[in-house]
Amino acid sequence: MLTRVQAMGARGLDVVRTIGAASVFLWQALVCWPRWRLAIPLLIQQIYAVGVLSLVIIIVSGLFIGMVLGLQGYNILITYGSEQALGTLVSLTLTRELGPVVTALLFAGRAGSALTAEIGLMKATEQLSSMEMIGVDPLRRIIAPRFWAGVLTMPMLATIFTAVGILGGRLVGVDWLGIFEGSYWANMQQSVEFIDDVLNGLIKALAFGIAVTWIAVFQGYDCEPTSEGISRATTRTVVYGSLAVLALDFILTAVMFGGV
Amino acid sequence: MRIKSLELLVGAFLLLAFGALMFLAIQVSGLSGETSKESYRVHALFQNVGGLTERAKVTIAGVSVGRVESITLDAKTQQARVEMAINSEVNDISTDAVAAILTSGLLGEKYIGLTPGADDTFLKEGSRIEQTQSSLVLEDLIGKFLFNKATEAPKAAPEASADSADAAF
Repeated sequence: MLTRVQAMGARGLDVVRTIGAASVFLWQALVCWPRWRLAIPLLIQQIYAVGVLSLVIIIVSGLFIGMVLGLQGYNILITYGSEQALGTLVSLTLTRELGPVVTALLFAGRAGSALTAEIGLMKATEQLSSMEMIGVDPLRRIIAPRFWAGVLTMPMLATIFTAVGILGGRLVGVDWLGIFEGSYWANMQQSVEFIDDVLNGLIKALAFGIAVTWIAVFQGYDCEPTSEGISRATTRTVVYGSLAVLALDFILTAVMFGGV
Repeated sequence: MRIKSLELLVGAFLLLAFGALMFLAIQVSGLSGETSKESYRVHALFQNVGGLTERAKVTIAGVSVGRVESITLDAKTQQARVEMAINSEVNDISTDAVAAILTSGLLGEKYIGLTPGADDTFLKEGSRIEQTQSSLVLEDLIGKFLFNKATEAPKAAPEASADSADAAF
């Protein structure tokens, strides 16, 4: 009994320690005077790895989610004879919720796990410690550009996802099911507010980007330097990242849309 | 060469994201330069604003000419005081115009419809629209209808049925 309580306490302390370590780690990686000439090419390379390579999965899933929303929404709305509201339904669902959230989940799976595995492998093959030995700070050289790339690309990917999804909804609603195109766009424009809906969605995406990338780079940096440790860290990135996104989403939605 | 094509792809990615944002701004949320137009404020008192909200449309003949700025309770009359901002271009609404709270479609949003009058004097900053027509509350209407039916059926109180028919319409 006593040992069990002890183990629970030790686990709790471990969680607190990890959070502290992650915060100190982020602080050390980011708070420094940037050397632009060195930093920009590294950042561009990481934006390519994190953003451009995630583009295909983002566009394809966005298209299909928009099409499914169009089909499902049409089937429900037709029973009330108000299928013109399909544009409103598709666009509000995508800008407020599905765009940022699904993009962040895909991002955690596609880019987050890759970041963790890459950094973890660098640690396992002692590239990080040899970098330290030749006087290059691995936090600034490896971690910082990856973190910034993730934070910057998440809102962009979410924007693309939302736009493609709305076009997918149009494809199903207007081209296949025969809703009048004018009412699809007009109802949408009437109900979507740029600041309340589109910008709040982008703020959500930015918050998710920070959370997922932070978890990914920290898990990579903190992992056991063995092949098993890397695989565990990669799993943790996806699990913790997804959970963090969903929990954050609830909090942000309560703040942004919960009130009057 | 490798770096150059990489930069090209990242640049294309940025442009794509920017294009998507423009699409969301213009095509989806209908954002245009309209918001910063000059306007003047008028107000009106309503018995009941129903589901009217701030930033609802103000229309004349179905054309949007302004927005609802604020809805407050007028302490003296215990009525709803609705402040509207009307575009300055529309400066020839006569003072005897009627402001009615209407609903777009059966379940749509509430908006204010102005019906122009015949007066020669026009509304200007701070003036009040005297004639108003309150929001149609569906529950009241159904209640009256049911009451009407109930009194009609036994044919016991013909004068009550006539009364409620008047009240309903």
